[in-house]
Amino acid sequence: MSAPTSGGASRDGYGKGLLRIAEDPRVVVLEADLGKSTKSCHFRDEYPDRTVSLGIAEQNMMLVAAGMASSGKIPFASTFAIFTERAFEQVRNGIARPGLPVHICGSHGGIHTGTDGSSAQSIEDLAVYRTIPKMTVIHPCDDISAEELTAQLLDLNGPSYMRTARNKVPRMYEDGSNLRIGSGSVLREGGDLAIISCGVMVGVAISAAETLSNEGISCTVVDMHTIKPIDVELIAELSESCGAFVTAEDHSVIGGLGGALAEWLSTNTSTPLEMVGVRDSFGQSGGSSELMDLMGLNEAGICEAARRAISRK
Amino acid sequence: MGDGTEVDVGELEEMARRCRVDIVKMTHAAKSGHPGGSLSSIDCMVALYGTCLRFDTSNPDWDDRDRFIMSKGHASPAMYSILHQMGVLDEDDIMGFRTLGSVCQGHVDMNWTKGVDFSAGSLGMGLSFGLGCALSAKMDSSQRRIWVMLGDGETQEGQIWEAAMAANYHNATNLRVIVDRNRIQNDDFMDVQMEIGDIGEKFRSFGWTVKEVDGHDMSSLVDVVDWANSEDGGPVAIVANTIKGNGVSFMENNPSFHGKAPNDEELRIALEELS
Repeated sequence: MSAPTSGGASRDGYGKGLLRIAEDPRVVVLEADLGKSTKSCHFRDEYPDRTVSLGIAEQNMMLVAAGMASSGKIPFASTFAIFTERAFEQVRNGIARPGLPVHICGSHGGIHTGTDGSSAQSIEDLAVYRTIPKMTVIHPCDDISAEELTAQLLDLNGPSYMRTARNKVPRMYEDGSNLRIGSGSVLREGGDLAIISCGVMVGVAISAAETLSNEGISCTVVDMHTIKPIDVELIAELSESCGAFVTAEDHSVIGGLGGALAEWLSTNTSTPLEMVGVRDSFGQSGGSSELMDLMGLNEAGICEAARRAISRK
Repeated sequence: MGDGTEVDVGELEEMARRCRVDIVKMTHAAKSGHPGGSLSSIDCMVALYGTCLRFDTSNPDWDDRDRFIMSKGHASPAMYSILHQMGVLDEDDIMGFRTLGSVCQGHVDMNWTKGVDFSAGSLGMGLSFGLGCALSAKMDSSQRRIWVMLGDGETQEGQIWEAAMAANYHNATNLRVIVDRNRIQNDDFMDVQMEIGDIGEKFRSFGWTVKEVDGHDMSSLVDVVDWANSEDGGPVAIVANTIKGNGVSFMENNPSFHGKAPNDEELRIALEELS
């Protein structure tokens, strides 16, 4: 099996989002030789004077972005998710610590990236950036939501990291949908279990909810596109109304969306939680769907987790 | 000077002396800090702040000020001493160095201290930050110049050379670097730890215009910052040959005073020598 060919890839949404906010002269775009992949290339085509190519030098790119932010610009710096991690200390000390509004986009995140193999499949980026004070961490599920959330970053007065995905997935949103940074989007409502998902797993969660409904299990499905700050009001509400959770993410179960939920639930409730995600292992080359199946990041994995969670109620 | 203003070298030398007194006093009070690299870089900073740097002491946040990026952020006592001598910080501020809640953090921090343009602490990052400031100034058609103070040990960080490459490629004519070439790093002399060789030649190979100077000769320093300030052909680097711990005999060329504060007796001797 291969990745869906219809729908939209969140990296395309990032590219469109940049164009939507390009009229603001403070917006500048920084690239590290991957503009064609991250889709910042469309901004470059239209606004070459506000696009800075830094070559294959991510550490420099992050601090150039910080310097520009300190001078009144709103920089958007992108490369592959895994290569942003090379500049972790630069992001931590040079961007987040002074609280500069630099918006980092890491594309090609997750196992879903596929054939490039494990070196390219960042499975820890959300966890890494979530640990840094002041950082907002976002992982949209399709191109439409990625475009909207990218545009909203313009008004976020602080640093952010957004992970986008390489491959197209079925769209979860229509143009003009109402979604906000920091607020989880409820895509389906049900009373037995809440599936909290992000990125390419949102569509899988919707499919799983459909399968579970045939078994008489009624699920709420949330697109938790903002991993930090996580929408604790919504989690608290769903803890009351559903009483069981499954998280689904194309990311390690350590420290990402599942980790964020576990931290909050374990200190505030006794609501059961099961996590679907990468179980502390690296990927390999292969087709996206093959790999997702191999790692248990699929509909069956979510359904099994849902049954376990409900049995623990 | 290029603007016709007469510079009193003696006055600058006296300011540098007062800065040195501040440096040894604040590190002594904190019982920690980095006096060696502060004392080696202070003359360059006085020459710059005392002549051509566009900086308004009554409005340190002025948008169109020149920027001074202290990339070797552990030499924070040098930065604080300058700001003290210029009236931005007071005596209590600098004597609170490294204590809880102090505006004088261990490493320079733009969020804590008025007049500080960069939050440092991790070496190798300041030149990239300065380049970002320089590119923004050019986008805004501003005449402001960006000065970056690097340590020579710091140039062992690969990111410095990423930035050096990018600065010339992007024609950052408003970017200036001063390298504090004191030849000592944290553990030992650079030629024991990791000698980098001819730093000026390395900047030249990336397309920079470079001059070397005696980093403790105020008259030469005034001339070289004036020259660098008026150059507009590309990024400029000044390699300032300095002595770590300069001005305090027992700290001079002594690697152990990279990151060690003077004790009571050492402070007494230092202040005597600087009187």
